[in-house]
Amino acid sequence: MVAVLEKSTETKLRISGAEAVVRSLLAEEVDMIFGYPGGAVMPVYDALYGFQDQLKHVLTRHEQGAIHAAQGYARATGKVGVALATSGPGATNLITGIADAMIDSTPLVCITGQVGSHLLGSDAFQETDIISISMPVTKWNIQVTKPEELPEALARAFYIAKSGRPGPVLVDITKDAQFAEIDFNYRKCEQIRSYKPIPKLNLESVKKAAELINGSQKPFVLFGQGVILGKAEQEFKTFIEKAGIPSAWTLLGLSALPTDHPLNVGMLGMHGNYGPNRLTNECDVLIAVGMRFDDRVTGDLKRYAKQAKIIHLDIDPSEINKNVKVDVPVLGDCKESLSTLTSLINTNSHPEWLQQFHEHERIEQEQVIKPEMNPQSAELTMAETIQQINKVTNGEAILVTDVGQHQMVACRYTKFQKSKSNITSGGLGTMGFCLPAALGAKLGAPEREVVAVIGDGGFQMTIQELGTIFQTQAAVKIVVLNNNFLGMVRQWQQLFFDKRYSSTELMNPDFIKIAEGYGIKGKTISERKDLASSVKEMLEYDGSYLLEVCVGKEDNVFPMVPSGASVSEVRLS
Amino acid sequence: MDQVFTISIFTENSIGLLNRITTIFTKRHLSIESLNTSESEVHGVYRFTIVVKTDEELVQKIVKQIEKQVEVIQAVYHIDEETVFQEIALYKVSTEKASENNLVERLIRDNNARILSMEQDFMIVEKTGHKEETEELLDFLRPYGILEFVRSGRVSVIKPSNELHERIINF
Ligand SMILES: Cc1ncc(C[n+]2csc(CCOP(=O)(O)OP(=O)(O)O)c2C)c(N)n1
Repeated sequence: MVAVLEKSTETKLRISGAEAVVRSLLAEEVDMIFGYPGGAVMPVYDALYGFQDQLKHVLTRHEQGAIHAAQGYARATGKVGVALATSGPGATNLITGIADAMIDSTPLVCITGQVGSHLLGSDAFQETDIISISMPVTKWNIQVTKPEELPEALARAFYIAKSGRPGPVLVDITKDAQFAEIDFNYRKCEQIRSYKPIPKLNLESVKKAAELINGSQKPFVLFGQGVILGKAEQEFKTFIEKAGIPSAWTLLGLSALPTDHPLNVGMLGMHGNYGPNRLTNECDVLIAVGMRFDDRVTGDLKRYAKQAKIIHLDIDPSEINKNVKVDVPVLGDCKESLSTLTSLINTNSHPEWLQQFHEHERIEQEQVIKPEMNPQSAELTMAETIQQINKVTNGEAILVTDVGQHQMVACRYTKFQKSKSNITSGGLGTMGFCLPAALGAKLGAPEREVVAVIGDGGFQMTIQELGTIFQTQAAVKIVVLNNNFLGMVRQWQQLFFDKRYSSTELMNPDFIKIAEGYGIKGKTISERKDLASSVKEMLEYDGSYLLEVCVGKEDNVFPMVPSGASVSEVRLS
Repeated sequence: MDQVFTISIFTENSIGLLNRITTIFTKRHLSIESLNTSESEVHGVYRFTIVVKTDEELVQKIVKQIEKQVEVIQAVYHIDEETVFQEIALYKVSTEKASENNLVERLIRDNNARILSMEQDFMIVEKTGHKEETEELLDFLRPYGILEFVRSGRVSVIKPSNELHERIINF
């Protein structure tokens, strides 16, 4: 009895709420967080000071930088990303990244300071109702006003962020709860009674799916980030190989299957490849794995795969029938559902069907890819730049992109060998995402080469994060594809608004001087003869490097499914 | 085709959950016809009753998105035929004209309503029923001078609800 008592007093730790936050993070094996200090979160910052050797805090230059860095970190490592900010403007500056993480299912724990609980609702200095503001863009959120509730709130936050379909959560902590002392005792959360993160796999529906696949002449797989989030890359590969099914990826599914895999037929959607788009309307069974039929993937739903039976594997029941009516839903963790499905399908191959993809690819090669890779014009193209990067990285690098033409080109042409190698803002399309996300990815996976490919517009949305790269010495390789335009918007203006280039031309600064100001080596090129050597120089350089590539001002990205059109109407020019 | 649906949601008791649930309707640009919340038959489990007018496909999607919320235990939807539902209405009626004859009292009796309180200048009438019924009484009483009128959100129980109850107590 005495021994037990002694033991319990031994483990009892009387600490401040702020220190409890830090110790909770450590208990969740967090070793790096991204943030920005301010009044209402100062106690937590003070506590961090004492734990610098165990928990690295990366000071970004803007809270948006912190949240995108946390996203990049989470996407590169598969771990939960953590962002820390003060109340009011600090908290609201996180919102874009939270919304981005919500729609792209990225596990994040955001911690915000809040004014003292006695001031709540009084419009106190830097008070903002971040709980209400973040509600529609968080998987879960909570305000903590009592320090003794902190460990459990954080334990739940981590559990919710990473379980089931991952997503961002926010914990808002009043300043008094950070100051007050508690007996600290942390227990990881393993379940919440009202929350069922993984639906139970229904064997009957797997059998139905297998029957459809076994009877299919022209099966077609669409895969999304679910494969990566479910750590099911191997199961996925085994599945498509056994049934011999051509497979195409969504923007977020990219890198789950190596680029050169014989069944990888390319990208889906608005700027996806020719074959995958056209043949969506010719397959007889469509198998969607961990993807959500985003409108940028489907185009006009009334003319989307109407001829096909549709099987949908997903972990989130609310995705079933949300956009596309499904014949056989298979709910569950795709690691389990894919392996069960594989065990029920026949070994098969569909050479003639696969050949149809190859024929489309040949057409796309002739009409789009070759001209982009070997342009007649003097100006450099985005495509040939990516091609040069591929030559040096051999598909081993992590590609981080921003939003726009360069994103589509980089995702289409970059070669991947490894999963979790493509980091981009897919669902929200957040310009400014790339630079901080690349920083987070590099800090999370320092052993990997990280190449950030950014447009001249998006670069200037979070350009201040060059300061964070400078301070952390993270060796991020930055490629700015400069067309002096908000390229993607300009392309739409050219095609759909009679070339009325309303507010899309940019007068840009000297990016190299800016980089130099931050102690980052830089170089600008505009001639083909310099491309290969400069890309090589950048990638071989020991440290961060900015390569500005001046590309054709009015180049367009094709193929393209115009918005509102059917995937069959994909254009090559 | 638009139809009336009653959505019943069973939840934990947590601050802000109402807000979280209503954002799902806001996101879809759908207005809520009525909303009621109270503790359910299980201690600590709360029940929201939300009435919407929309098509079944949309209500299905909304219910799934509600059910996905961490603190929601279960969400279901029903059409009127599958539920027994009521609303309560209170009418504050001027007694000036009403006291001239006893027609009002007959009206109240015939409509299965009752007088809760009789004051010098007004009386307070209560009626429980479907919206059309409380609406009808309102029209009857209008000529006498309605000083205030208020109607509650719908409360509803599900006819074949045994299974649901089992799920709520065993979740
Ligand atoms: C925060 C934000 N604002 C506006 C947009 C709309 N938008 C999409 S692409 C684009 C142009 C991007 O231009 P740039 O960064 O130069 O890249 P490019 O298309 O030229 O490769 C814009 C403005 C967006 N996606 N995100």
